[in-house]
Amino acid sequence: MDILSIMRIAFKSLARNKTRTFLTMLGIIIGVGAVITMIAIGQGATKVVNEQISSMGTNVIIVMSNMSNSQSRARQAAGSGNLLDEGDVKAIQEKVDGVLYISPVYSTFGQLKYGSNNWRGSITGVDVDYFLIRDLSLESGQYFYPSEVESGAKVCVIGKTVADNLFVGEDPVGKTMRIRHIPFTIKGVLKSKGASSMGMDQDDIVIAPHTTTVSRLIGQRWKFMTIMVSAVSKERIPMVQEDIMNLLLTRHNGTTRDDFIVRSQTDIAEAASTVSNTLTVLLASIAGISLLVGGIGIMNIMLVSVTERIKEIGIRMAVGASKRDVLLQFIIEAITISLIGGLIGIIMGWSLAVVLGQTMDWSISVTPWSILLAVGFSCAVGIFFGWYPARKAANLNLIDALRYE
Amino acid sequence: MNNNVLISVRGLTKTYQMGEVYVHALRGIDLDIDNGEFVAIMGASGSGKTTFMNLLGCLDKPTSGTYLLDNINVAEMDDQAITQVRNQKIGYVFQAFYLLPRTTALENVELPLLYCRKMHPKERREKALHALEVVGLADRAKHYPNQLSGGQQQRVAIARAIVNDPVFILADEPTGNLDTRTSVEVMELFQQLHSQGKTIVLVTHEFDISRYTLRIITFRDGKVISDIPNEDVHIASEDLKKLPRLDIEEEVS
Ligand SMILES: Nc1ncnc2c1ncn2[C@@H]1O[C@H](COP(=O)(O)OP(=O)(O)O)[C@@H](O)[C@H]1O
Ligand SMILES: [Mg+2]
Repeated sequence: MDILSIMRIAFKSLARNKTRTFLTMLGIIIGVGAVITMIAIGQGATKVVNEQISSMGTNVIIVMSNMSNSQSRARQAAGSGNLLDEGDVKAIQEKVDGVLYISPVYSTFGQLKYGSNNWRGSITGVDVDYFLIRDLSLESGQYFYPSEVESGAKVCVIGKTVADNLFVGEDPVGKTMRIRHIPFTIKGVLKSKGASSMGMDQDDIVIAPHTTTVSRLIGQRWKFMTIMVSAVSKERIPMVQEDIMNLLLTRHNGTTRDDFIVRSQTDIAEAASTVSNTLTVLLASIAGISLLVGGIGIMNIMLVSVTERIKEIGIRMAVGASKRDVLLQFIIEAITISLIGGLIGIIMGWSLAVVLGQTMDWSISVTPWSILLAVGFSCAVGIFFGWYPARKAANLNLIDALRYE
Repeated sequence: MNNNVLISVRGLTKTYQMGEVYVHALRGIDLDIDNGEFVAIMGASGSGKTTFMNLLGCLDKPTSGTYLLDNINVAEMDDQAITQVRNQKIGYVFQAFYLLPRTTALENVELPLLYCRKMHPKERREKALHALEVVGLADRAKHYPNQLSGGQQQRVAIARAIVNDPVFILADEPTGNLDTRTSVEVMELFQQLHSQGKTIVLVTHEFDISRYTLRIITFRDGKVISDIPNEDVHIASEDLKKLPRLDIEEEVS
């Protein structure tokens, strides 16, 4: 018999038992819905991380001394340190090909004060190139000048969050605020980098010349520098990384590759996406368990349904249904349940993800492959869990089935 | 040698095993039934009639003996061939009707056609409607079995049995669950089908019913004890005129 007729028979018998069909479907709806929602959340998180990493700038390389290396800590005590200094910045700039911009980066925290307003902020001490590396543009005012960096001028550029909290309703440009009681003139306000995501407010920053930051806020004794570099092109990044590493090794006697971290944006992105993909897989597996439970539900109902319909199966066989016809009928019933349940689950899961994204302010992302995965999986669930009951039905003895009460 | 023989069984036995006990339902049946015959199989309850019908209908396999259907040894047919025989050569009518519940009369009649060769739904519908017309139930096509009387249900079952134009019809106590008048109505239908050339084998334990057939075979304890032509054939349509109508309400609805 042709598959179309068997499908018609399967649909009819599903339609004849609407409540049972729906209840069986419910398991699959919940399972597939959960998978879609979880993957959407996981993928959303991945997207946020990727966006954040790309918001670092373009072709960025970060150079740091490796503080977690115990051997280098011992050497630091002995005087032959792996700590980076201004000499390294200069050397990289002069000797490494393919470096477009370079800036030292010092970080510290401090109390900010304007009038009676207080704000605890993070202060980043940099050179002017930093604005170019990180692609920071101004909303008002201007950047500080190289001459101001050289002279150690007490000037700074602030982020939107700082501006909003310290200068309520006032234009900060040209005003003087105090950082740890030291007056700094505000030269500009940065454009917002967008809403905070993953708990980090990118607009809560104060950017000052590194010279001033070291001399006024950190002190020579505690300065700890990282270096930010941007390469001229994506292709040059690995070479620039390697050249910087080699330069550092020759400049710092007795150090090894373990003493420095020279990491590109792509390295960081890869590490981060490994983490967030693991998160996605974990979430999806948890949801997958509910899909499995849904599948077992199908098998359960199909088994009941076979027992309930033994006589029907006998009648069908008596009028000419073959084993194959009966087998196919029951498998198609199972697949139909799981596929339709899967489709409803996709719609529900998608909607739930969108609602969650809006109410919880999470980033979500429904990808085509997650939908394909859900459809494929629910089809497989139908075949897998429909097979056993269908086999049972097809192998019934005709006379026993007809005599069954 | 008779060339017109449809069914030929030799030494047919069937033994059921129930735990330690063996039940010899058939103990060696030899029978020939020709094309176009109208046979009644009679006998007390437990004499093996249903078992025999199941074997004739290829619903079950004998323990020993041979069964030639249209000169083909059924034992040598594979599953697919037997399925095809059930579907196209044989029409069954059971005592308990065996209609699918929650399925309209028309869909029940269509059932054998679903399992046969590829057929356009429209053609299937027309054939099924025609079969329902033959049994006089075209106006009940959309009714469900539970909306039909016993007699009507059995007529739907007969329509299902004839829809694929089978060579012969097997009916196992088709009137067992019906009152007298309805039983005679069903027998009228069988006589009509027989006059159109169908071979019919009918099981009954009621003498009154067997009188509408042409040959009466009697079973006892799994053996044939008599096989005689019916000398006094009754015509169901004439008997019906004498019987009082009890189911007037059915005709009104
Ligand atoms: N499936 C079965 N399993 C065991 N015994 C059976 C089975 N079918 C029939 N029998 C036995 O075989 C004998 C003949 O039964 P059956 O053919 O149904 O008789 P009838 O139809 O003439 O009443 C009975 O003793 C019955 O109990
Ligand atoms: Mg019987």
